[in-house]
Amino acid sequence: MHSIAEKYIRTSALPTIFCPGCGHGTVLNAFLRAVDELDIFDSLGLVSGIGCSSWTPVFVDTDVMHTLHGRAPAFATGLKMANPALNVVVFSGDGDCAGIGGNHLIHAARRNIDMTLLMLDNEIYGMTGGQVSPTTPTHAKSQTTPLGNPEHGFDVCGLVTAAGATHVSRYTTAQPRALVKGLKAALSHKGFSFVHIISQCPTQAGRYIHGLSSPGEYLKMIREQSIPRAAAEKLSQAERAGKIVTGLLHQDSDKAEFIDQTRRMKAGAKA
Amino acid sequence: MKNMDHIHIDSTACKGCHLCVDQCPKGVLTVSERRNAKGYLLPQVGDIAACIGCLNCELICPDLALEVIPAKGGEEK
Repeated sequence: MHSIAEKYIRTSALPTIFCPGCGHGTVLNAFLRAVDELDIFDSLGLVSGIGCSSWTPVFVDTDVMHTLHGRAPAFATGLKMANPALNVVVFSGDGDCAGIGGNHLIHAARRNIDMTLLMLDNEIYGMTGGQVSPTTPTHAKSQTTPLGNPEHGFDVCGLVTAAGATHVSRYTTAQPRALVKGLKAALSHKGFSFVHIISQCPTQAGRYIHGLSSPGEYLKMIREQSIPRAAAEKLSQAERAGKIVTGLLHQDSDKAEFIDQTRRMKAGAKA
Repeated sequence: MKNMDHIHIDSTACKGCHLCVDQCPKGVLTVSERRNAKGYLLPQVGDIAACIGCLNCELICPDLALEVIPAKGGEEK
């Protein structure tokens, strides 16, 4: 076991429930490194919904709420309101956060409440057997779309930016160093931070959507599709199709944070 | 560049995904014929002198089963 894992992991809960080669483990690895470098472990409050992604924080040896499907941002809002000193981090997946809990996601972003939401996007509902999710690519074959997905994929980063999130970024598990750096920036930001993490699901998405036989091939595909934001801006709309644009996508440091706003109003009411 | 002493592989935590083998730019890690209790084929360390300490393997490991240990004293290559 890595020394960082020995420090922060609840070893009695191991092994993790993840399939071999699952990207969610790499996200946990990167998250623990970011937390270690920022030295914020004692103030963490982790919240998650339902799904493979939502099992990620369960192995961390701190206070974790494993809540209802899609409702993690609502629980996290309550937690942050009750104890504003906590560094609240939500772990959610594409199905959990963009599908079932889409409403909670947009309203947490709209309030600009100080929390970090990680959306671990593997393009599928993995745990329940490989059903189509809101980020499954068009024409992709899944267990519920055997003839190909007729729907269009969701630009969740665009959605939360429009809803009012003040820190929006995208990274992939194929670039773990950039992911650690991005997580540190998101955790340090005051306001609603959204990190879209493209993660591999070799068991469901790898086999059925992409027709890949190993997690290594899957990572290679993600790496080849990824392009940093600065390079992507030089490309035309057509050239950018099918690319994963990584890096910080949106940042706004001027918008008032929700807890600050409520405190100011409370002080004003007393005066 | 620092010399690396060894690569510690936790055989109980490893799930045999071999992403570490895939990520190693110098071919230090390879797939062995040894299996752990769950039946997963474990990675093995070949020529540790070739290791450049890039840490790609331990950063990618989904089970945090692997750690690159630098040589004591940190002598230069």
